[in-house]
Amino acid sequence: MELYPVQSTGPQETFVLNLGPQHPATHGVLRVKLTMDGEFINEAVIVAGYVHREHEKMGENRPWDQFLPNTGRIDYLSAMMYTHAYVGVIERACGIEVPPRAEYIRVITSELNRISSHLVWWGAFLLDLGGMTPLLYAFDDREKILDILEALTGARLTYCYYRVGGLAEDLNEGFVEDVREFVKEFRPRLKMFRRLVSENIIFRKRVEGIGIIDAEMCRKYGATGPMIRGAGIPYDVRRAEPYSVYPELDFDVAVDPAADSMARYKVRMEEMEQSLRIIEQCLDRLPDGPVMGKVPRKLKLPEGDFCYATEAARGRFEVRVVSTGKPVAHRVRLRTPCFGNLSLFEEAARGLMLADGIAMMGSLDLVIPDIDR
Amino acid sequence: MIAAEPLRLLVFVAGVAAFVGLNAAYLVWVERKGAGRFQRRAGPTEVGYAGLLQPIADAGKLLSKQMIVPPGADRFLFRLAPILMMPPAIMAFAILPFSEYLVGIDLNVGLIALFAFSSFNVIAVMLAGWSSRNKYGIISAARVVSQNVAYEIPMMLVIITMIMLAGTLSLPEIVNQQAGAFWNWNVFALASNPLMPVTFVIFFVCMLSETNRAPFDMAEAESELVAGAYTEYAGMGFGVFFMAEYANIVIGCALAVVLFLGGWHSPVGVLPGVFWFLVKLYIMVFVVIWVRWTFPRTQFYGLLNLSWKILIPICIFTLMLSAVMIKLV
Amino acid sequence: MSRCPDHLFERFQELFPTMDTENPAPPEASAGAENEADTAEPPPPPPPPPPCRKTEFAKVGYDLDAIVEPHQIEEAAKLLDDEGFAIDMITAVDWPDAEQFELVYDFMHFEAGTRVCVRTRIPRDRPEIATLSFIFPGANWHERETAEFFGIQFTGHPNPIHLLLPDDFEGYPLRKDFKPPSDPLLKP
Repeated sequence: MELYPVQSTGPQETFVLNLGPQHPATHGVLRVKLTMDGEFINEAVIVAGYVHREHEKMGENRPWDQFLPNTGRIDYLSAMMYTHAYVGVIERACGIEVPPRAEYIRVITSELNRISSHLVWWGAFLLDLGGMTPLLYAFDDREKILDILEALTGARLTYCYYRVGGLAEDLNEGFVEDVREFVKEFRPRLKMFRRLVSENIIFRKRVEGIGIIDAEMCRKYGATGPMIRGAGIPYDVRRAEPYSVYPELDFDVAVDPAADSMARYKVRMEEMEQSLRIIEQCLDRLPDGPVMGKVPRKLKLPEGDFCYATEAARGRFEVRVVSTGKPVAHRVRLRTPCFGNLSLFEEAARGLMLADGIAMMGSLDLVIPDIDR
Repeated sequence: MIAAEPLRLLVFVAGVAAFVGLNAAYLVWVERKGAGRFQRRAGPTEVGYAGLLQPIADAGKLLSKQMIVPPGADRFLFRLAPILMMPPAIMAFAILPFSEYLVGIDLNVGLIALFAFSSFNVIAVMLAGWSSRNKYGIISAARVVSQNVAYEIPMMLVIITMIMLAGTLSLPEIVNQQAGAFWNWNVFALASNPLMPVTFVIFFVCMLSETNRAPFDMAEAESELVAGAYTEYAGMGFGVFFMAEYANIVIGCALAVVLFLGGWHSPVGVLPGVFWFLVKLYIMVFVVIWVRWTFPRTQFYGLLNLSWKILIPICIFTLMLSAVMIKLV
Repeated sequence: MSRCPDHLFERFQELFPTMDTENPAPPEASAGAENEADTAEPPPPPPPPPPCRKTEFAKVGYDLDAIVEPHQIEEAAKLLDDEGFAIDMITAVDWPDAEQFELVYDFMHFEAGTRVCVRTRIPRDRPEIATLSFIFPGANWHERETAEFFGIQFTGHPNPIHLLLPDDFEGYPLRKDFKPPSDPLLKP
């Protein structure tokens, strides 16, 4: 496929370009060692681990419930879904029933969190492409979500609102009205975002046909989330491994078969729309009742392996715990989406031009602590 | 009065230097305020009323910083590059006619001299990128050269079209030909070339590219090349590049006003010419700022494609069209 | 209810017949004569589950749980690759009492949503297993991570260097007997 009018002449004279750990396009402390042939990337080597915190070891050193706050700090942009996976695995292992009201509230907050996470990605992606203004627009709307969630949970980013068996507390007063208002305001804003960016010719030239990551590649590397949906496969953990009340809700899995950066862009834009739909449905159906189920005073998981996956903003987040029946975990494994999504960068970036490589990296929506854990 | 002419020139040079300095400083303020408004925020507000003293504070900061020469850099060229950046810009101002009477020198080859001066900044940016011994800088230097070569050609084709239309290279003369109401302006000279507005747009695009402004800011491209050729510059070395960027924008916009928008001629016939010239100039500058904060950056090969495959053919076509029209009319 | 397709289950049983007939828990039997000392006095392993079984997704989060011998892991991966499974994750679990590392390979299916978990156990004093990097390139990173955290050698790995830990890090943090080094900043 002729992506460029000129092709790299092969590795005759190359140089190493050190992208990061401090670089505007890596959104954190990620380092990419690029072997360049002029403007073409001959080889990309990811050097990760700058913010490694060994969460998995921490999980083995404390009681089940005390590891919960850690999970919200892995991907600081979609903390809700991460805590959901962890409380989910314990509930699954112990067979704890979660009251329906709590499940609905979990879905509402998760979807709000997904929108706020996608908004950050939207702004940062455009920033990677050299357009600074969308970032500020995105943060304008994200601020409203953060305010809503702050009023509910007390935190703006690293929420720890879910508890094993339910929620920390019931909705605050005015939450439902605030969310409804946000949904009403955000729809036209989303349309405006599309008018501002999605149809822009420069933007489309930068992303259409660039950074092809097809379904086969996603499969081989275990890339999930908008990556796989942008490659035309409707894989969404919310549908494939139904959890919480998602099976009862009516929403579409956003898919785009083009497999390029534009496809991933469109998928995320559509996901925001779908999240709004989910939130509206949940608000309509929100039942009354307690938000905390019956949970034993001291959590003890039966022996065995348990998995629980949620669809985080960047893809499949899975917690795998191995229990030996003790009050602490024998092993906690966190399968993070960015890990799989980034691991294919080394292959996908080969032969791209520097600016396109960066555009593709932006379309992966990386959160570095999510890779490094 | 033999002393009068040198004295006049001296005063004019001082005036131009002050104008360039003020413009560079306050266009930064305009840009930041404008960017703030485009992005639903306030922009600078802290220093002085509405942040009006912000440029002075910035300049003070830049002046007080050490200019570090990175180890292994070509020390001479590294320091020379910012110096090469500014004087050509100031010299170009001497040729621009601000009004009927406010002209530094009415050169009969003014247009060519102006281009000679304004092409200098490419060399300066290239030297800066090359001499700073930074890979981002070198990539940026290579980009700047190929970008400017690509855009010099459609620019020149546009200029040739305009020269054919005007029959002169003197800038005041070109302006004088556009006297009268606004339909006499070259941009509306549809009788001699029905594609004149297109030519104007091409000129504007080339001007954006020549001044390395977004969406064509390949040299700086902060998300790819950190700061490109300016990565290693600190203190006033960086400040000079920054000022020169705005000086070049003003030159480019002034040229657009002179060539296409009737220079100092008023569309309605009131107020002195210099006022109208500045109004038109700053409207153009505002558009440049507006474009920067609206569009993302183009891809590099897209940029070159635009020039070689779209702009140059159109330019050649309009050139031939005007030649035919002028001959016929 | 398991969502595991029957044909997959049958192929697993077909391909790895040892699993049905004998208990694969002490894999030293296949590892060779070098581990005779271990086999002579095996520490009590955890009660082995049936080697290949369908599991209830709602209870454990995967549909098929297969225990294979270490040398069969490539075969299992190839089988799953042919079936169109994607790699989910690779990790290890340290069982110091059994003197074993359990390697856990998780696979997922994008269309069917099925999840398969393949496990194998390797001796703790000779932690070696073949790499899957050539079947699933995504295994590369997972294996690098497992290698640096557990000290497991993935033979044939194309790029066996640290991924997340610093290059000069000593020790394997996720082993149960890992003692964290004293704070390097406090050292004189």
